[in-house]
Amino acid sequence: MKEFGYDRAHDVQGAVALLGGDPEARFLGGGTNLVDLMKAGVERPTRLVDVRELPLGRIEFSPEDGLRIGATVTNSELAAHPEVRRHYPALAQAVLAGASGQLRNMATVGGNLLQRTRCGYFTDLTKPCNKRTPGSGCPAIEGEHHNHAVLGASEHCVATHPSDMAVALTALDAVVAYESADGPGELPLSDLYLPVGDTPHLETALPAGALITAVTLPAAPVAATSRYRKVRERASYAFAIGSVAAALDVQGDVVRDVRLAFGAVASRPWRATTAERLLTGGPVSAEAFAAAADAELAAARPLPHNGYKVTLMRNLVVAVLTELAEEAAR
Amino acid sequence: MAPSTSSAITLNINNKKYTLPVDHRTTLLDALREQLDLTGTKKGCDQGQCGACTVLVDGRRAVSCLQLAVAAEGREITTIEGVADGERLHPVQQAFLDLDGYQCGYCTPGQICSAIAVIEEHAAGWPSAVTDDVRSEAGPPPLTAEEIRERMSGNLCRCGAYVSIVQAVARAAGAQVPAEPDSGPPRSGAQGSGTGSDTEEVAA
Repeated sequence: MKEFGYDRAHDVQGAVALLGGDPEARFLGGGTNLVDLMKAGVERPTRLVDVRELPLGRIEFSPEDGLRIGATVTNSELAAHPEVRRHYPALAQAVLAGASGQLRNMATVGGNLLQRTRCGYFTDLTKPCNKRTPGSGCPAIEGEHHNHAVLGASEHCVATHPSDMAVALTALDAVVAYESADGPGELPLSDLYLPVGDTPHLETALPAGALITAVTLPAAPVAATSRYRKVRERASYAFAIGSVAAALDVQGDVVRDVRLAFGAVASRPWRATTAERLLTGGPVSAEAFAAAADAELAAARPLPHNGYKVTLMRNLVVAVLTELAEEAAR
Repeated sequence: MAPSTSSAITLNINNKKYTLPVDHRTTLLDALREQLDLTGTKKGCDQGQCGACTVLVDGRRAVSCLQLAVAAEGREITTIEGVADGERLHPVQQAFLDLDGYQCGYCTPGQICSAIAVIEEHAAGWPSAVTDDVRSEAGPPPLTAEEIRERMSGNLCRCGAYVSIVQAVARAAGAQVPAEPDSGPPRSGAQGSGTGSDTEEVAA
């Protein structure tokens, strides 16, 4: 690991000033991804600005304004919070589906959003990777890609975003608040992650040197009937090979409102807007759910070894929406 | 000017203060083992994947291999050396001994620190990924074997002593719960407050 300086920030503006827009400096939250990447040599910061003690550790809820989650709230605190569990159960489930108890106690909400892909080529310095070294190539396309992207990828990168939490947040219309040298700003989470295109090394739309300070979710009664379901290759403590966050409101046999997002299929949490449009106002039936999933997945461009994800996601959508429809009818 | 790449820090470990110089690259795990001679905490993968290095930080379990020592200054750290009450073992330690919750023993300090926290997290009503209904009004989930396995999944045991580990965690959790009125007092040295009969299911 390369040597680095360390500073601990005590207020938000101070943290941004300490970083000073230095492209070789990094904010340190829980460190569960950054420290690991520093050990691997993928991240080589010259300075760390520790933000764990910033006064951003609160979760606030009101029926009118919804949920506000401070950026240094740990994943554990978020998943255990009574109002989160009551009003946004898919969010609590998504957080609990990720990592281990130890890592959830360390990892922060802001850091979770900015964690890097777990593509094996990205973390292996002996291999090319367009995300790590622009222009060097993407060996995953010809190589090991059984858990890589089927939606929104490009010939330059097929890596997926690994977060479970961000999938639920995307389905529930989260907004990211940040502080930069130019003052505070906001971004819808659906705009936080940049399209892959030919610049996979450019991952977010945050201004340079900006610090995420909070994530907000609007009040949404539909979110009370929501669910996160994750498929992985062992029963626990593994990244998803496919996941769905969904919320559903039905009136009689008609879908009144629906939110749907996919995980582990793209470089960012994938909001299934095509499926949502088809479902809204339509019938509550497995056939309608499958047709909507098929329409969303028509854009899928699987590689030789990850075509299973298209079928997997279709079946997940049908299963989760069917369960939610049953729950809503109770 | 190049930033300083080392600091003199004070760590609070097992209620004792240690002042030491650290290169900022030093993890809490390496500071414990290499500088403070607290070698009970074990290095397994050194990548946050195996849980062998689990310690308690401010009462919450954490992997010390991904915790920078310099960033742990000001926090209360408890290692396996600090969980017993003098000569009296912690109930989780005793349960691992009584039920053979290990084979080679290398992962055991991490398993025990993790289990201590699991029991406290469950007593605080935290749900898990296998909890049927996470809504707070659904109440705390019973601490079934499935719940214990999920909650302990961050601790790998390459000997495969999982069956005994689950039993040991269940027994230790039961020991913290006031048992049936005629079955005697809770195990001496038990910590925290139980949540009633919901842990009896596996303790039985």
